[in-house]
Amino acid sequence: MATLKNIIIKLSTFFNEIGELSYFAGRYFKEIFKPPFEFKELLRQCYNMGNRSLLLVGITGFIIGLVLTLQTRPTLMEFGAVSWMPSMVGISIVRELGPMITALVCAGRIGSGIGAELGSMRVTEQIDAMEVSGTNPFKYLVVTRILATTLMLPLLIILGDAVALFGSFLVENLKGNVSFQLFFDQVFNSLDFGDIIPATVKSFFFGFAIGLVGCFKGYYCKKGTAGVGKAANSAVVFTSLLLFVIDFIAVFVADIFYEL
Amino acid sequence: MMIEKNIEIENKSTEAKNIVLEIKDLYKSFGDNHVLNGFNMQLHKGENLVIMGKSGSGKSVMIKCLVGLMEADSGLIRVMNKDITQLTREALDILRADIGFLFQGSALYDSMTVRENLEFPLRRHTKKFGKNIDTEKLIIEALENVGLAHTLDLMPSELSGGMKRRVALARTLILQPKIILYDEPTSGLDPITAKEIIILMEEIQNKYGTSSLIITHDVDCARVISDRMILLIDGTDYAVGTFKELSASKDPKVMAFFKQ
Repeated sequence: MATLKNIIIKLSTFFNEIGELSYFAGRYFKEIFKPPFEFKELLRQCYNMGNRSLLLVGITGFIIGLVLTLQTRPTLMEFGAVSWMPSMVGISIVRELGPMITALVCAGRIGSGIGAELGSMRVTEQIDAMEVSGTNPFKYLVVTRILATTLMLPLLIILGDAVALFGSFLVENLKGNVSFQLFFDQVFNSLDFGDIIPATVKSFFFGFAIGLVGCFKGYYCKKGTAGVGKAANSAVVFTSLLLFVIDFIAVFVADIFYEL
Repeated sequence: MMIEKNIEIENKSTEAKNIVLEIKDLYKSFGDNHVLNGFNMQLHKGENLVIMGKSGSGKSVMIKCLVGLMEADSGLIRVMNKDITQLTREALDILRADIGFLFQGSALYDSMTVRENLEFPLRRHTKKFGKNIDTEKLIIEALENVGLAHTLDLMPSELSGGMKRRVALARTLILQPKIILYDEPTSGLDPITAKEIIILMEEIQNKYGTSSLIITHDVDCARVISDRMILLIDGTDYAVGTFKELSASKDPKVMAFFKQ
């Protein structure tokens, strides 16, 4: 009986949080079109999120490209299909692995950062100070961050894809003596708009989700410094879960379009 | 009889004109915890009103309701003859330019320099100072008022606790408010620095003729600065009077504040 009660309470808390998150998203769309526009802060956030994530996304992408090629090569060789390697790697990275892994890395790097930053601003009353000075903190802190993640993530994903493909090329070049031009000719020949457009569209949603959840968790952070840690942590967990849900929906919708 | 009535009406109207801040029957609860139970107060023009209460007695809740950071359950809050519960977001923001708020923990924006901290509130209130606003001059003047003109390009993390409080006070002053709300201005400071802050508050009041509402549990601060005091006990304005009157009270609940 107590377990059932606990489950009901947890479910109710979960759905309550989903409701609050939806309201938060609604407020974002309401505020984004209202002046004054915080361009300077938006650019600062784009720089912070984009530029400072380059190395992490680059390294992750490179390793993914290397590992994917190294692990797939023996199997393809068994079937005499090693020439398909660039096509296979290209499709899997552009369609799924690139966006998903870059988004997960950014959820850890950017999402937790936003959660912790806004959380600490909340508990040290900096957000209240903005409010009483007549500045809309939601517009200054939340709108700019969500917009920055939405705009920067597709660019980071493009970078991650490119570096991953380069990593894959290096393995192919070392093990199979495949030239740069041949490798990338095969990669681009195997890709069409049906691969690139859904991946690009979903990368905007990934960026939006990372910014939205990070801001939501930080903006409503409670219970002092312990709350800041919790906000950062739950921002990553909740975003990661949401990324998989968005990915599933994106694949599902893209599949419907393929069939049409 | 008629003349007496006219004089009474005139006195009341003069008193009403002098009231810059008024709270009537303020109630606020958090679940079963009734923090404010019909609290009343009036702040007159140029007056220093101290509100004393034990920790958790609802002083900070009351002051947050006063600037619209928290919504009261019921009651009237009138700031410069405007009922803040009826104001739109835009109107409230304009009114907030006339209310300075010094936070307990200073609440300086830790990602900005001292200059940027002071510049921030000016962005939204350019109308108040006209188009040809000399931001730099206002910043320097505000910092000179608190004796910290040399800290312009320092980060808040490079300042001591007392310096942070002074910079926060300068940030409050930069909008040239008519009312200043101080939330525990001396808490967390050593006795010497606390005394310096109290002297500074007095100097500011003398120089600008601002009305001040000071929330504190520091008896020394109350003795030096108060024109009038309210003791917040059990969520009500339990006792009202000058420091001298209240400190001479025989009521055990009142006496408890002055037994130090």
